[in-house]
Amino acid sequence: MTTLVYLIPVALFLGALGLSGFLWALRSGQYEDLDGAAERILIDRDDS
Amino acid sequence: MSCCAPGAEMALDLNGATSSLPSSQEIRLASRSLGNDLRQTDLSVPTVHCAACIQAIETALGKLDRVEGVRVNLSTKRVSIHWRGDEVPPFAAALGRLGYPAHLFDPQVGEKDKTLSELIRAVAVAGFAAGNIMLLSVSVWSGAEGATRDLFHWVSALIAIPALAFAGGIYFRSAWNALRHGRMNMDVPIAVGVSLAYAMSLYETINHGDHAYFDASVSLLFFLLIGRTLDHVMRERARTAVNGLSRLAPRGATVLREDGSRDYLPVEEIEPGLRLLITTGERIPVDGKIIRGSSDLDCSLVSGESTPRTVASGETVQAGTLNLTGPLTIEATAAAKDSFLAEMVRLMEAAEGGRAHYRRIADRVSALYAPVVHLTALVTLLGWMVATGDWHRSVTIAIAVLIITCPCALGLAVPIVQVVAARRLFESGVMVKDGSAMERLAAIDTAVFDKTGTLTLGQPRLVNASSIDPAMLAIAADMAAHSRHPFSRAIAGCAGFAGEPKLESVSEHPGFGIEATAAGSTWRLGRRGWAGWKARSGGESRYGGTVLTKGGIIVASFVFEDALRADARAAVGQLNNARVSVEMLSGDTAAACGEVAATLGIHHFVPALLPSGKVEYIETLAKDGHKVLMVGDGLNDTPALGAAHVSIAPATAADVGRNAADFVFLRESLSAVPLALDVSRRAGQLIRQNIAIAIVYNAVAVPIAILGHVTPLIAAIAMSASSLLVIGNALRLQGFAASQPETGRSHGKRPSIGALARSS
Repeated sequence: MTTLVYLIPVALFLGALGLSGFLWALRSGQYEDLDGAAERILIDRDDS
Repeated sequence: MSCCAPGAEMALDLNGATSSLPSSQEIRLASRSLGNDLRQTDLSVPTVHCAACIQAIETALGKLDRVEGVRVNLSTKRVSIHWRGDEVPPFAAALGRLGYPAHLFDPQVGEKDKTLSELIRAVAVAGFAAGNIMLLSVSVWSGAEGATRDLFHWVSALIAIPALAFAGGIYFRSAWNALRHGRMNMDVPIAVGVSLAYAMSLYETINHGDHAYFDASVSLLFFLLIGRTLDHVMRERARTAVNGLSRLAPRGATVLREDGSRDYLPVEEIEPGLRLLITTGERIPVDGKIIRGSSDLDCSLVSGESTPRTVASGETVQAGTLNLTGPLTIEATAAAKDSFLAEMVRLMEAAEGGRAHYRRIADRVSALYAPVVHLTALVTLLGWMVATGDWHRSVTIAIAVLIITCPCALGLAVPIVQVVAARRLFESGVMVKDGSAMERLAAIDTAVFDKTGTLTLGQPRLVNASSIDPAMLAIAADMAAHSRHPFSRAIAGCAGFAGEPKLESVSEHPGFGIEATAAGSTWRLGRRGWAGWKARSGGESRYGGTVLTKGGIIVASFVFEDALRADARAAVGQLNNARVSVEMLSGDTAAACGEVAATLGIHHFVPALLPSGKVEYIETLAKDGHKVLMVGDGLNDTPALGAAHVSIAPATAADVGRNAADFVFLRESLSAVPLALDVSRRAGQLIRQNIAIAIVYNAVAVPIAILGHVTPLIAAIAMSASSLLVIGNALRLQGFAASQPETGRSHGKRPSIGALARSS
């Protein structure tokens, strides 16, 4: 029983962390161009 | 660009619909201010499809003066550009040089899909809650007891509250809306079931009971939200693709002031009496009268006539026609809101067809289903009260009945099939804009086609190229390349021979043809009477009158026909096989219609119809109990598209028509129509199967629930199993798709041959 007292909050906290990460990614527009994101990895940046 | 194979085909299909580059005034008019002198322009670039394209566009545009930032969106095939200053940087030209034709589209600012982000957020929250509550429930099912079980229940209750409030809000609002208007939809039993399940579980938790249904209520929401989100995503994709097509109606026009100055005004600000300059290749923005100049007008989009009309000063012109050969000055006689286009929109709105009264299958089923389920629960409650007198037990069992019958499978049965079907059509270049469109299409028994632009391409094709001396053809093609007249384009398309004498001083005479000098002699390409001034009169051959002359002597004559859309004949045949009677309505002459109808095997057609005539015709058919599909592209078809039970438009259609139609097909081939019908009918079958599965599931599960044997574990298993079954059945549509050869492609893209609408 005592282990549950901190294990459940820990589990829920980790889950909530993932959820807020997803919502943040959604808000910052990372889901707006999924095809483009897949292709952009092939572009070399010329920072020279 | 060999890397660009995937998706390139779709891009090419879209290409056909693009017109000339947007002018810089038009771009400025369409841009929006971001404050601080910064402006944003969004262009649709249908041909981007790989990383190299993204890079080429972003570097080339980024190098232009006053451009602050460029971002390509590959999913929507759009590029958004931030720029400063008054002058528009030449991005359309820069894109054109790179080989990416760009055009403006209606931006729809502010409407930036709030529903989608709300749905995705709701799915995320519901998923999080369902996962965690399910974990706690598994521990309870595996034997947690006493205080531990109560703790788990309390934690579940706490997690479920925000999930229900946030994710369930969508259903509660929709259900409330339906009830308030005295209707019944699928969301009503869902909302009732979920909230009762939660209330009962909370009561159980407070009283240290051992059965709580938090997991059932939240995972139900999760499943249903996934279906709803997929449905929305699919339709949004189709809408974006249609929206990205180039706009055919002009955004503005150049106004010639009294003092000789010129202004570019948006269409809405053009008033009667203003003088407008219309260059070649522009569409006429408002109804007007020609003051100066003569030209040929392409009226195919407006009236359905396939042959361009020659106009001179003093004549009236309709909004929406395309100026082909000479610059015109017109005086506006009506404001945009009173023009032909606006009149068509009004007619369309007045002619609301079957779709206004159409009730979706899901709503019809739930109108029967919900009362039955709710009555069953009530009877169960009363029955147990009478039998045992234990009200707590009776209520528990009655609510268990509601939970087990909560239409998880039923709620998924329709949207999942439609998502799979819409995806299948999307891959074939057919966009489904409305969820109920497929249900309506499956029911049709009559298909009505427009002629010009729908059954035909609305562009003439040279038929006797092989019998013309190649050298003459090459000269003609060289001359024709200087003109926008559809006949010239058709001739220019047949070029393929070099080495002819160099042309000098090419000039176009609107309404007559093109004149050029080469190697000392005068060449003319155009009407027989004008070009062949030395030829003996009365020589009008049966081929009509476009000729090439050298010094007034006819050296070649050209025969045109309105090319049929690819697979038009096959499409008509397939529709006939599917027990759909095919008819043709057109604004064109009876002779032109008769030839097309004979070639395609259409037995019934009505020529020379006005837009209101088409609507009346369709309404008559509807009164006789027919369900009518309308396929059309012109402005004059728009009211008919609105009046029909369901409507399809090609990508080349007028803007209003594209927005009014339920389906839009992007490729040239007309086989899109029978394909859409076929997929819709199969989808309809699968939907009925799915509903049957859901009902069978209920028939098995409800007696168990009524007898009081349902525990949360059984409820969870039964509900998930029925949902999976329904989803699996829907995916069979995809399997059918893979095994079917793609009819559109196997026949090739070549316009099919048939002697049609011979015109001079």
